[in-house]
Amino acid sequence: MVQYSQAHFDASFAALSDVTRRGVLEQLGRADASITYLAEKFHMTLTGMKKHVGILEQAGLVTTEKVGRVRTCKLGLCRLEEEAAWIERFHQLWATRFDELDNVVEELKRKEKVDGRKKSK
Amino acid sequence: MDARRASEPDLMKRTTVERKSEREIVVTRTINGPARLVFEAWTKPELFKRWWVPKSMGMSLLSCEMDVRVGGRYRLEFSYEGSKSAFFGTYKEVTPHSRLVWTNEESEDGAVTTVTFEEKDGKTLLVMHELYPSKEALDAAGTGAADAMVETFAQLDELLVTLVV
Repeated sequence: MVQYSQAHFDASFAALSDVTRRGVLEQLGRADASITYLAEKFHMTLTGMKKHVGILEQAGLVTTEKVGRVRTCKLGLCRLEEEAAWIERFHQLWATRFDELDNVVEELKRKEKVDGRKKSK
Repeated sequence: MDARRASEPDLMKRTTVERKSEREIVVTRTINGPARLVFEAWTKPELFKRWWVPKSMGMSLLSCEMDVRVGGRYRLEFSYEGSKSAFFGTYKEVTPHSRLVWTNEESEDGAVTTVTFEEKDGKTLLVMHELYPSKEALDAAGTGAADAMVETFAQLDELLVTLVV
């Protein structure tokens, strides 16, 4: 019933396919962290870590915010959840509309039957 | 065969929503009635206004004008807690009992909507396809529509409070 766009899946899976990036997500699950902190923690250059965070950010798994000279990373809102909620809003509206439409068509059918009987009499 | 028939009522009432691409969304539903009656419910304002704005949406339809022919226009006016809004556009294709295409012209983010009516065994499969001018417009239509409305009204409420004070 609910289908997700392939592009979002691809971005998410690509982001999750790297052991460092999975480690970063785990780390951010415990606490927000600066890129410098993450680079040290994962024994990596600042540039290297920036690249990883960039990929996670593009997939919507991480958001970053620069305050002063420090860029802080935190877990992003899960894009799949967001997308599911987005679809669900459409679904709710249309399911409700179509239930009402069912009633209208039911009534038209009944009316036609009655009119048909009247005519045949 | 019998098993399929037994599960039919449930399947029939199922509304599916699928985002086909960045700019397109497709909604399907089977209605228990022949296409000519379903088409009538989409094209006669007195019938259309009974289902297009479900009561649970909390909005009421003030007026509904529909000139259902190629180049004809439609206009729906709503009210919600004292605030009014209008939806309007033009019919691009009108093929009785099988196909309707219209534009939505309130803003440049409006979609082109195509509805097809496919009758089988006295039931009608509705396929509604909406094509938006951009990914952003469709994104906003999902998150926006209901929420934006609520927000606007919340703002209006605030405004009214300040006016009353």
